[in-house]
Amino acid sequence: MHYSVLQILKNGLTGNKGWKPVWRNPEPKKSYDVVIIGGGGHGLSTAYYLAKTHGIRNIAVLEKGYLGGGNVGRNTTIVRANYLQDGNLEFYSHSLKLWENLEQELNYNVMLSQRGCLMLAHNDGQYDAMAWRGNSNLATGDDAVLMGREDVRKLVPFLNFDDARFPIRGGLLQRTGGTARHDAVAWGYARGADMRGVDLIQNCEVKGFRIEGGKIKGVETSRGYIGAGKVGMSVAGRTSQVAEMAGLRLPIESHVLQAFVTEAVKPVIDNVISFGMGHFYISQSDKGGLVFGGDIDGYNSYSQRGNLPMVEHVAEAAMTLMPMVGKSRMLRSWGGIMDMSMDGSPIIDKTPVAGLYLNGGWCYGGFKATPAAGAAFAHLMATGKKADWATKYNLNRFETGHVIDDEGTGARPNLH
Amino acid sequence: MMRAPALVQICIENGNMRIECPHCGDRDHREFEYLGSAKLLERPNGGDAAAYHDYVYLRKNPTGENTELWQHVMGCSAWLHIVRNVTTHEITEVKLARDLKEVAR
Amino acid sequence: MSRLPSGGLIDRDVSIPFTFDGQTYTAHPGDTLASALLANGVRLMGRSFKYHRPRGVLTAGSEEPNALMEIGVGADRIPNTRATTQEVFNGMVAQSQNRFPKLQADMLAVNDLLSPFLGAGFYYKTFMWPKKFWEAVYEPIIRRAAGLGRLSGHADQSIYEKAWAYCDVLVVGGGPAGLMAALTAAKGGAKVILADEDFVIGGRLNSEQTVVDGKHSQQWAVDVATQLEAMPNVRVMSRTTVTGAYDGGTYGAVERVADHVEDAQGAPTQIFWRIVAKHTILAAGATERPIAFPDNDRPGIMLASAVRTYAHRFGVAAGQRVAVFTNNDDGWRTARDALAAGVTVTALIDTRTDVQPDVDCPTFTGAAVIGTGGRLGIERLSVRTSDGSVQQINADCLAVSGGWNPSLHLTGHMGGKPTWRDDIAAFVPTVGAIPNLVVAGAANGNFSTLGALKEGMVAAKAALKNLGLKQVRPKMPNADDAQDAISPYWHVPDVKGRAWLDFQNDVTVKDIAAAHRENFRSVEHMKRYTTLGMATDQGKLSNMGALAVMAELTGQSIPETGTTIFRPPYTPVQMGTLGAGGAGKGFAPERFTSSHDWAVSRGAAMIEVGLWHRASWFPLNGETHWRQSCDREVDMVRRAVGVCDVSTLGKIDIQGPDAGVFLDRIYTNMFSTLKVGKVRYGLMLREDGMVLDDGTTARMGENHFVMTTTTGAAGPVMSHLEFCAQCLWPELDVKMISVTEQWAQVAVAGPKSRELLAEVIDDVSNESFPFMGCGETSIAGVNGRLFRISFSGELAYELAVPSRYGEALMDELVKRAEAKGGGAYGMEALNVLRIEKGFLTHAEMDGRVTAADLGMSGMMSKKKDFIGKVSSQREGLINPMREQLVGLKPVGPVRQILGGSIMVNVDAEPTRKNMQGHVTSVCYSPTLNGMIALAFVKGGHTRIGQTIRAVDLLRNLDTLVEIVSPQFHDPAGEKLRG
Repeated sequence: MHYSVLQILKNGLTGNKGWKPVWRNPEPKKSYDVVIIGGGGHGLSTAYYLAKTHGIRNIAVLEKGYLGGGNVGRNTTIVRANYLQDGNLEFYSHSLKLWENLEQELNYNVMLSQRGCLMLAHNDGQYDAMAWRGNSNLATGDDAVLMGREDVRKLVPFLNFDDARFPIRGGLLQRTGGTARHDAVAWGYARGADMRGVDLIQNCEVKGFRIEGGKIKGVETSRGYIGAGKVGMSVAGRTSQVAEMAGLRLPIESHVLQAFVTEAVKPVIDNVISFGMGHFYISQSDKGGLVFGGDIDGYNSYSQRGNLPMVEHVAEAAMTLMPMVGKSRMLRSWGGIMDMSMDGSPIIDKTPVAGLYLNGGWCYGGFKATPAAGAAFAHLMATGKKADWATKYNLNRFETGHVIDDEGTGARPNLH
Repeated sequence: MMRAPALVQICIENGNMRIECPHCGDRDHREFEYLGSAKLLERPNGGDAAAYHDYVYLRKNPTGENTELWQHVMGCSAWLHIVRNVTTHEITEVKLARDLKEVAR
Repeated sequence: MSRLPSGGLIDRDVSIPFTFDGQTYTAHPGDTLASALLANGVRLMGRSFKYHRPRGVLTAGSEEPNALMEIGVGADRIPNTRATTQEVFNGMVAQSQNRFPKLQADMLAVNDLLSPFLGAGFYYKTFMWPKKFWEAVYEPIIRRAAGLGRLSGHADQSIYEKAWAYCDVLVVGGGPAGLMAALTAAKGGAKVILADEDFVIGGRLNSEQTVVDGKHSQQWAVDVATQLEAMPNVRVMSRTTVTGAYDGGTYGAVERVADHVEDAQGAPTQIFWRIVAKHTILAAGATERPIAFPDNDRPGIMLASAVRTYAHRFGVAAGQRVAVFTNNDDGWRTARDALAAGVTVTALIDTRTDVQPDVDCPTFTGAAVIGTGGRLGIERLSVRTSDGSVQQINADCLAVSGGWNPSLHLTGHMGGKPTWRDDIAAFVPTVGAIPNLVVAGAANGNFSTLGALKEGMVAAKAALKNLGLKQVRPKMPNADDAQDAISPYWHVPDVKGRAWLDFQNDVTVKDIAAAHRENFRSVEHMKRYTTLGMATDQGKLSNMGALAVMAELTGQSIPETGTTIFRPPYTPVQMGTLGAGGAGKGFAPERFTSSHDWAVSRGAAMIEVGLWHRASWFPLNGETHWRQSCDREVDMVRRAVGVCDVSTLGKIDIQGPDAGVFLDRIYTNMFSTLKVGKVRYGLMLREDGMVLDDGTTARMGENHFVMTTTTGAAGPVMSHLEFCAQCLWPELDVKMISVTEQWAQVAVAGPKSRELLAEVIDDVSNESFPFMGCGETSIAGVNGRLFRISFSGELAYELAVPSRYGEALMDELVKRAEAKGGGAYGMEALNVLRIEKGFLTHAEMDGRVTAADLGMSGMMSKKKDFIGKVSSQREGLINPMREQLVGLKPVGPVRQILGGSIMVNVDAEPTRKNMQGHVTSVCYSPTLNGMIALAFVKGGHTRIGQTIRAVDLLRNLDTLVEIVSPQFHDPAGEKLRG
């Protein structure tokens, strides 16, 4: 059903009884042209673009739990395109363009809010590095503004400019960066895919692959065998396990990343602010909660929960950078499992098994990538070719040395 | 009226993320820094590019027990070989990496 | 006034003035803000989040969703404070929040009229037309209306602390189960911490009229708490909420030390504790749950348990004409207690049909409340009786009891799922959800006083056994053993109107139905779609009711429907408390060189480099701009002599018979062949073939090397060396230790450096200390080390002395340098000097470059293995079109180059696809009389002499530059060796 002002009025006046299910609950068919494993943001957007852009209709998305329950449902909602390295530059640039039109595209309000993302620099070296980043973003066609200390003060006067540990030297602002309502992104893609005939099958866990002669034939699931012409893995956090069922070993470790939200308070923070030296970033949601996060906890984990050292660290960072938040209260913390790849950048590629495709290794960049990753993965699965904006996310780059290391920390996932 | 089940639970002797450093004793994990899989002990000295690709990049990444390397950076600097369940965080074994390596030899 | 004539744990002899919304009231010690307001007849205490409905206090505990207030003024103002837990202190200023202009008349209550259009998830379907309007119009309006209380906008001035505590047994909660557990464990000799969130120990014992061990339960609680406090092995922590369960028996806890006093007198307001417990007993009690019925959110409608708490603990009648709505025996108790306190009970409405309430008031069984009325507070209610007729009842307070939910939240913090129990219609904790934690009392679903006491004792005895301590059996007190009978009843069916489930977020039964209708049926979908359970109470009051409604709609049982996951913290924690110690400079350590004070006293401008503070430049009289000082300092080094404290470089002492072999494997180049008394520049890679760090290493003796690292990489390199020594090659006999803090190191550079050093060192001849020579020597009478190394390209030395002599050495050398036309120089000049010479810092070694990129492939020994050797030869790393280090000089009309510029070919557009590299370091070179830069350029090593552009799109600068060798100054190195 199309959402419109008229629908809102009509339903509002008739007790809101006329709204239809946003997606169906179909029974799995015997086989599909394409099976996507994972009903998170990426899996759902992949299905959407396969159906919409490539006209493939016989598609299933198999989700172990509930739709949108992966990292799309447990992140800090930031959307930006201010990466540094070739490969990431064009990818996130494309993603941001898709974001900007997503509400119209999906007829679903994902509440993209381009409030501006500010990254702080704390010394001359960081300032130069930020200039490099900003110039690269501008050269890619994205926006960037390099700000001196006084410009930053004008924008965010509540930061501690007097005695913060690590003085504020300046910053790089991307005005088109911001936040989006994370769950709505998953639901919007799910709705769009469902409307185009994609079967979204919840509570359906993939238990194994059927591979014959080096080619994928289908998947064994908790709801029986499902045949498939092509299978795409889009299972952030569990990529290693799913790939292992196909005999693959990947350059990925799983780590836990915590995120936090405070009780709602009246608006005080307009932008997304990231404090590099403190490994801390924060924004304020439309509901009023301060949403913030830090680094991964630093050790392999599948536990979806974090520990106190990182909780305390991010709060300490908040207190040195913006001591006005001291009297807000942290309401909830949660953890998500990150596919930490060995160079900090993702993989969208074929695998050695014919017909089996991989979308993974997103580290903590997966949310903002949701539109472009789905579109690129769909393009790859439909055409067998890399999409223009995702040509460098190759699985073999670790063998060849064409790594994309935005942080420059090497094969140490917990340092990315 | 139904009563609650028996409450007495076997006390598990473990450290979840409290690490029993062989030199320093029981410590909070914030004193330690994680490196990665204990596979990193097995450097393919003299190996070829494929061996190094495997060594540097490829990981089993299990959901259960993981053998891994931590360093007691805020303590004795010892590198520790730790067996830890990465889902429950239960640590079942802590050894000095140095000892392990010498035994293996 | 609603204060009862007697009773309660309040001191009626003392009156405390406070204000609420500008009006002055009085309270007594022992009052919470909520009890004091109720005592003063104030029912309206807040507004709901979305519809701005008028709200009164619903509970008497930390789960309160309605009575949230701003406490304090100026920077001390705290938003969203629960009036139910805030103790009143003298002169306290409380304000209502989320209303405009005032609580009694809130203009945003218009939302309530629009509620047909603002139901669950409405915003996903609208605000999209026209496209630009979401961000330009709608969102700003929503944002302005959002939020509850206001932050002050000022930096938090309060003092917070953090602390660690260790114990054998941590008891969470000081009600009957917790007190009995603590007493049993303590008598057995265990080290016990008893933490309770309340300011009076006792839990429900303080809220009920009941007898324990032959005395009033309030008295029994006081006696046991007193007994515990006197025991040396017990720490009783009231006002302490255990907020989170983490790995390793570690619990986070917040102690509110001074939130309840007018003047903290220097004490921290709160302390964040990390309590490490070998064994934990969770005795956190239970939370009463409401029943959903139309307009169940008016001020005056309260949980029945809260009505009793206000009566017994605070001596406050929540109303003069009380009605009770219940599905369990607890409601009867409320009615009886009210009657005993002299309050009129206008009706007891029980949803059950097969019961005979023995209460002396009008009773309705098999009945339900189907509506309420009253402006800004309840005045009447409609009851649908068992025969279907409707009766109007007058009441200014409606006590509601829907049964109890065990406070199991901590047991969910590690992902544990609770277990459903039909007999109490509630979830209880699953055994083993948290290692070494057991649950006792109401938290475990055992709601009788005697049952709680017994479970507390049993749990403690189990803990003692596990701890290997003696088993004791304290006398078991007598107490009430009645388990209340309950028949599940979540919401009144077949009624019109909105029935609230989540009071704060305004989620009603209809919203759950809407979520169901639109197929948001999994618990997580329901929660996320309706925002149920995301209010400040984290769903403590609302989750169960909503689950039950969804279960009904889907035809599943409640346990099949599932639970949402409880996340830390149990109750919200102030950021200042969690971040205690982080404010100001406290966030990270500060490191100072031994000459720091000296440099500051000389007027040096200081900058921060990593954790270090370093002198940036030393302004002389008349110099007003850093460039003046910097240019002079550079010139001084090139012409005479400069002195610079370089102690921040990492210094690692490496010893052992295999030290040379070890370094061969660490560095790309050979060190075992280095002669004693010589220094060599070395480059080390990561195992992936990228450059990790560079620096010089000196051989002080046959088995003794001293390595220097860059300032930033000192820690990582040390860790890397330890890894290699302990994990890769433990057979090598080599040991290392960081001595960065132990040695002060001073660079003396310039043509007159030897002449200067000759004044403090006996023999600095070229023969004794040739270029790259080193040795131990007496420096002005102090045993130290001398290295003939240069980071400037000049004849230069570095002197190392024990740190305690660092400042004196700096002072002495600078004085002598000044006599020779030289002086001190800082980081700015140091940076110019090294760029002129093409030396590297981490601006160039950014973790993505190879030795070949830096023009150092010659340093990659072919004779031996070393870390990173194999990986560095991968195809992508030896590609000749990789970006390679070069120098740049402006050759066009624009003479400036900006750091971070991108490189593009002369006639190319500055687009991503045309990018040829970037500028890493840039400076004005007084030596070359112009700007120079270091840059990475694709295939740069073969492009020397070509022109290219350095383009800064951010600052609109486009500079034509020539690609040159990065060694601008003295490329032959004659000065170094002179």
